[in-house]
Amino acid sequence: MTDITRRNLGRLALASGAFVSPAALGQGANPIRIGYAMSLSGGLAANGRSSLLAHKIWQEDVNARGGILGRPVELVFYDDQTNPGTVPALYTKLIDVDRVDIVVSPYATVMIAPSMPVIMQRRMTYVSLFGAGVNEAFKYDRYFSMNVAGDDIKGTYGRGFLDVAFTLPTPPRTVSILAVDNEFAQKAAESVRHLGRQRGLRIVYDRSYPPTTVDFAPTIRAIAATRPDVVFFASYPPDSNGLLRAISEQRMTAPILGGGMIGPQIAAVQQQMGPILNNLVNWDVYSPEPTMRFPGVEAFQEKYRARAHAEQVDPLGNYLQPFAYAQMQVVEQALARVGRIDQAALAADMRANEFKTVVGDIRFSALGEWAEERNLFVQFQGIRDGDLEKYKRPGAKVILHPANLKSGTLRTPYGAPA
Amino acid sequence: MSATLLGTGTIPAPPRHAVFWLGAIGLGVALVVALRMIGNDYGYFAGYFVLQYVVLASAWNILGGYAGYVNFGAAGFMAAGAYAAIALRKATGLDLMPGILAGAVVAGLLGLGTGYLTLRLRGVFFSIATLCLAVVLQTLVVNWDYVGGSRGAYIVNPMEIPPFVSWGEYMFVVMLVLAIGTVGVARALEHSRIGAGLAAIRDNERAAEAVGVPTLRLKLSATTLCGALMGLAGAPLPYYSGYLNPDAAFSLSYAVNAIAMPLIGGAGTWAGPVIGAVLLGTLQQAATVTISSALNLWIVGWMLVVFVALFPRGIMGWFRRRR
Amino acid sequence: MDPQLSLLLNGIVSGLLLGGLYAAAAAGLAVSFGMLDIVNIAHPALMVMGAFTVVVIGTALGLDPLLVALLQAPLFYVIGIGIYGIYHHFFERRGEEALQGLAFFFGVMFIVEVGLVMAFGPEQRFLDPDYAFITWRLGEIDLPLRMLVPAVLALTVVGLLILWLRRSFTGLAIAAVAQDAEALRLMAVDPVRIKRLAFGISIALAAMAGGALVVVQPVEPASGQIFIGRVFAIVIMGGMASLPGMVTAALLFGVVENVTATFYGPSWSPAVAFGWLLLVLAFRPQGLFGRAA
Repeated sequence: MTDITRRNLGRLALASGAFVSPAALGQGANPIRIGYAMSLSGGLAANGRSSLLAHKIWQEDVNARGGILGRPVELVFYDDQTNPGTVPALYTKLIDVDRVDIVVSPYATVMIAPSMPVIMQRRMTYVSLFGAGVNEAFKYDRYFSMNVAGDDIKGTYGRGFLDVAFTLPTPPRTVSILAVDNEFAQKAAESVRHLGRQRGLRIVYDRSYPPTTVDFAPTIRAIAATRPDVVFFASYPPDSNGLLRAISEQRMTAPILGGGMIGPQIAAVQQQMGPILNNLVNWDVYSPEPTMRFPGVEAFQEKYRARAHAEQVDPLGNYLQPFAYAQMQVVEQALARVGRIDQAALAADMRANEFKTVVGDIRFSALGEWAEERNLFVQFQGIRDGDLEKYKRPGAKVILHPANLKSGTLRTPYGAPA
Repeated sequence: MSATLLGTGTIPAPPRHAVFWLGAIGLGVALVVALRMIGNDYGYFAGYFVLQYVVLASAWNILGGYAGYVNFGAAGFMAAGAYAAIALRKATGLDLMPGILAGAVVAGLLGLGTGYLTLRLRGVFFSIATLCLAVVLQTLVVNWDYVGGSRGAYIVNPMEIPPFVSWGEYMFVVMLVLAIGTVGVARALEHSRIGAGLAAIRDNERAAEAVGVPTLRLKLSATTLCGALMGLAGAPLPYYSGYLNPDAAFSLSYAVNAIAMPLIGGAGTWAGPVIGAVLLGTLQQAATVTISSALNLWIVGWMLVVFVALFPRGIMGWFRRRR
Repeated sequence: MDPQLSLLLNGIVSGLLLGGLYAAAAAGLAVSFGMLDIVNIAHPALMVMGAFTVVVIGTALGLDPLLVALLQAPLFYVIGIGIYGIYHHFFERRGEEALQGLAFFFGVMFIVEVGLVMAFGPEQRFLDPDYAFITWRLGEIDLPLRMLVPAVLALTVVGLLILWLRRSFTGLAIAAVAQDAEALRLMAVDPVRIKRLAFGISIALAAMAGGALVVVQPVEPASGQIFIGRVFAIVIMGGMASLPGMVTAALLFGVVENVTATFYGPSWSPAVAFGWLLLVLAFRPQGLFGRAA
């Protein structure tokens, strides 16, 4: 059972209410106000609320240091209810009525995209969180994305997974692809399809499914029947769970299995799935391995973990939470250098400079994505149960790619016990 | 069945069309001017939200309030309008106005089709069919890559569109015109022979048939019109938010509001849906920026149940009884 | 065995098992909609609510979910009686079932679904019984226990219901009340009391089905929406008041959905249900097994 079993709605409403009122608690004069919409209810609420916690921790850290440019920071946010329809109105209110100084994005592509027209019209500099390819459609020059995938998902995403696959003792010859019908997943699948063909793999299964699918047994059976060497999934939390359960139930094995499943990065899933995750090779953004001890990340995670349980959010903070913190660090560092609230100057600064954050050093490309993609591919190793303590230490999620962050070697096959 | 429109049994005053149209247009102009004076875009977005429901509620009422046939698939028809507009734009590059026309046509045809399949049966089957239609449509759209499937579709809008102050104002005015038009159509229908025929169907369909009312034809007309107007409400949606995905387009809140607003405001007359939409729409928009979250939708559900049980004639009915 | 044939057989078998569960879900509606003519569109939402209560109680007390599903049936019976009481008092008595009554059930459905979201969040829940990951194998055919046991339970319950409706006096009265309430009154049986009883039973069945469902696949508050089409389709295809017809329709349904998912991918499965329903409504509204009205 997940930690998030009962939401104390009253407490949440109260907490949100306290933050929404512009007369913020005990802030000094002339605060710098950062406004945004965040999913505090609805389908994306789990990640939305944990991002909010990360932001609050950042805010406290910054204010403890005296704020930015000598002014305290205030967060002004609204719940977008994971309903994209609310977003244009909310950002219009934030900018035109509440008159915030800086805006940042909601969480996830589906919520960021509707905000873009409003942002672009007002020429605001915009740092977004985990949006995939949003700016491809808009080509906005003041957009900056905190997302590891970089500009060219098709050309780069699958590379890591396939590189790892080709370290198998017997080189793989066949690959199966299953992807949920969703922007990021489809791009990831396309990448694997494209790069797989380039490397001579034969595609023996290639399908998509709608996000509402619940029963994966027939699909897994069909995939297993084709006996692929490389099994690739691109899926999101509810379906990732369903897939893994179906795989475990049918005792499916393969030399290498996993790919782009969003879900195993989250504590609740790690707890539920337990040993099913053993030997899964999967996309990730962060793992507490020795190669990823960036300045500040351990301190942040300690603070986060201390408060996560009370706020009923992901207790580990190994997924997007450090990125939410880093998102605000980018804003902070740019502001400190520019010295004033000037959207054009901020955008120029973000384009030109390198940022040192809790998730490493970052530079932005012309379209606002990371100049250098950093898709991690990790393998769950030695997983015998769903206990979460091991995920706080190195060794549970070993990094296999990229080479400069590698911390272990591939174990095969998937389906073997720890 | 619910009471007739006449209630008191006296001869009704002849409908004064000119008064209505002048009044509506005057009110519309006043709104635009007032919002320009307030000066920020938020008012337009909030106003669009409410007006869209005026259209949706009035459309529902034509079939539900006038004829007594419940349409549960408002979200489906609305989304059909929205996706017709998106598909048209992708295929031909034509923009908002042709998109609205396309939306109305497609949704109207859907209404006609559903009606044709089920209106020969009991009303209940029609209602169930509309419920299922929404799900079928959603599955189709989700699987239709051309309009973006699950990933959704983007529409990049121009920043400005003179003589309007902003894109927000433009969308608001478009929806205002659609709303006035829809309410006008609903009102004209109510006072026409078709309206009388629909009322007869609502009161006692068998008796109406026995006296020669062409029930099937009237029902089909009402269903088609209802569908078309709902498509009208949905077609500007992708232009309003710049991005649309199936979850947002087929949102349950459209379905429940389309029913709650007319019933709370008072089904059976053109003014009821307007009152219901303005009241409930404003309430929900205010709640979005204050308490937010699912609670505000829950309240709508409760209001529907309570009103339907205790005030079956809605707010308009309560006023009428007091006269 | 030819792999395609093996896939097909497995698809059929798991479809039958799923269909057994669908039969349990639709049984309650066959009673309330098929026999009593009450269009309870909140039925699937109440089923999902039953699923969630099973998760909560089962997790808290460490009990097997199917056991909890059976134990909670009386509670939902009471809820059903309550709902019918309100429906009868405000709508049936006034003869306003058509518009207001329907809207009432829609409101109830909405309140239940959004209430579940507020209480539990929109994520999926499931509760694993002890035998969750065990699969029996008959040659090439997989029989996962997580599907077999709920299906057997569901079909047993439906079977008992059919027997009771045919053999007991109350059961016969229920079948009679929709056909001729007056005649029933002449036999000194209060039709309202019978309807109340029957409606309570229909909700109890819904809750049991929901509880069983949780074992088979994860449920979320929005699951009700997908089930609406399925259960109404099954009841209508089965010929409204015919329970054996309903069971057959349910089994057919499960098989078609599963076989489609196996060979054409899961994206088209939802459309199968509703597509069938629309066709049935268009061409054979009395259902596959019903008598023409």
